Amino acid sequence: MGTIAEEIFSRKIGRPVEAGEMVVCDVDYIMSHDSTTPLAIEALNKMGKPIFDPNKLVIHLDHFYPAPTINGAILHQRINKFVVENQIKNFFKQGVCHQVTIEKGFVYPGGIVVGADSHTCTYGALGCFGTGMGSTDIAVSYATGKNWFLVPKTIRFELYGSFPKRVYAKDLILHLVSKVGAGGATYMACEFGGELVDRMSISERITLANMAVEMGGKAGLIKSDKKTEEFLKDRVKLKWEHIAPKNPKYEKVIEVDVSKLTPLVAYPHRVDQVKPIEEVEGTPIDCFFLGTCTNGRLDDLKIAAEIIKGKKIPPDRRFVVTPASNEILEAAEREGILKIFRDAGAVVCNPGCSLCIGRHQGVLAPGEKALTSMNRNFIGRMGSPEAEIYLASPATVAISAVNGAITDPRRAK
Amino acid sequence: MARIWKFGDDVNTDEIIPGRFNVTTDPKELAAHCFFEVRPEFSKEAKEGDIIIAGKNFGMGSSREHAPISIKAAGIKAVIASSFARIFFRNGINIGLPLYIIEGIENEVEDGETVELNLDKGLLFLTEKKKEFKLPSFPPFVEKIIKAGGVVELLKRYELDELI
Repeated sequence: MGTIAEEIFSRKIGRPVEAGEMVVCDVDYIMSHDSTTPLAIEALNKMGKPIFDPNKLVIHLDHFYPAPTINGAILHQRINKFVVENQIKNFFKQGVCHQVTIEKGFVYPGGIVVGADSHTCTYGALGCFGTGMGSTDIAVSYATGKNWFLVPKTIRFELYGSFPKRVYAKDLILHLVSKVGAGGATYMACEFGGELVDRMSISERITLANMAVEMGGKAGLIKSDKKTEEFLKDRVKLKWEHIAPKNPKYEKVIEVDVSKLTPLVAYPHRVDQVKPIEEVEGTPIDCFFLGTCTNGRLDDLKIAAEIIKGKKIPPDRRFVVTPASNEILEAAEREGILKIFRDAGAVVCNPGCSLCIGRHQGVLAPGEKALTSMNRNFIGRMGSPEAEIYLASPATVAISAVNGAITDPRRAK
Repeated sequence: MARIWKFGDDVNTDEIIPGRFNVTTDPKELAAHCFFEVRPEFSKEAKEGDIIIAGKNFGMGSSREHAPISIKAAGIKAVIASSFARIFFRNGINIGLPLYIIEGIENEVEDGETVELNLDKGLLFLTEKKKEFKLPSFPPFVEKIIKAGGVVELLKRYELDELI
């Protein structure tokens, strides 16, 4: 009985648990990537313990793959060695860790996945308790197959209404982050529900859950349904059971009717600083970026491609498109979407974290401004600390790329 | 004499250690770029035993453990803040960087003021103002990790289930 978070922990532990309890619990999978795995390997070595179960480990190279620097190459070298020595079969170089972890079937309702990345909260889109931790915590799970958790309290977002034209899940989550604030959900789970969420695609749900951490959330949870089932059908072999809240007690309930929502932009250097697009329209932008675990999926690329088709970006601007995974890249290629971007003057990169992490595939110069579909606009994140980052939906990024300046997507034909 | 490095609310991990510098696991190299952009003097002037005092939600953002490692390797003895972001708090405790929550502490101190921190007695003493603060105690589980000097040391001796 309880919130989705309480339901998951109760089921896992085999007795009812409530928010506030500290528990030690088995984890289904342990996710890490090229930036955080090396420290986890070091911590494991210091513990002097073997890996509890190598099949629980899911490792990705995505934050700087292929390595653009010697230091990065050294880290990849260490991870390769660790993977081979320990016979880790879940090793991927196919795109952003969260997208690939979901696609490859490690995420399902009722599961618990810990990840050495703050956006591990993404997995809640499929009713799985995904939560971000640091590398030493991950090493604890490597060695024990478990971890310790404080069962979190929950903020419920009750969402209803229909999105107006060219308003999307991204605009909604920016609105929610600005409403709650960057630390407003710290130590708490964010539960997204209501008739709007029921109607949302898995991809849109992922966009919501992904940014739960931008308000401090420990997890971003959504109950599973027929759509979850359909999505997981050919991905997860294991038998899983649906998860939903049962007579839950929430810390807080926030209701939002999206029918009057407008396109939004988060402006530098905080995700919770959000303005209606009208207030920033016309701001000249140097670099446009479409991709990431937030908004780099097929539906995001399609929305942007429809807007940009047959148009060209100004010659002194750049537009980088990075599909979130190989699966998405291949589907987009088949549908001719990537050609639309290339014809418009964009560069299409290999799937991975790309510009979002400021380490490869193009960084910002001092004084430059970027408009991106990613989830963070912290100072220095995309390169120079003297650059500025704006966050928006894929539609806003696409129409703005055509004009070289922030543009209201409702103006696009 | 140890000094206070004062920070405001919502200091994020990109500010503590920018992404482009954490392509390494070397604590010294991480310390050399700690607060590289927001407090360029920090990595040069911070001395062993100095402390950081901050406002709300210290360490928000990414899960990078490079952030508390860089702070610890810069010589910082403890971070005291009004509140911490969740992952940063776990990471700090796990690697043996003491983190204390004292609500409103940032309003009581100035940047650069001298300080004595006695972790054994659980006391923070502002030497110029002659003002003393009691450090809060941790839940027993967290206390065990801190006393052991981090979770790695603890797990050398105990099983995880024994600790709760």
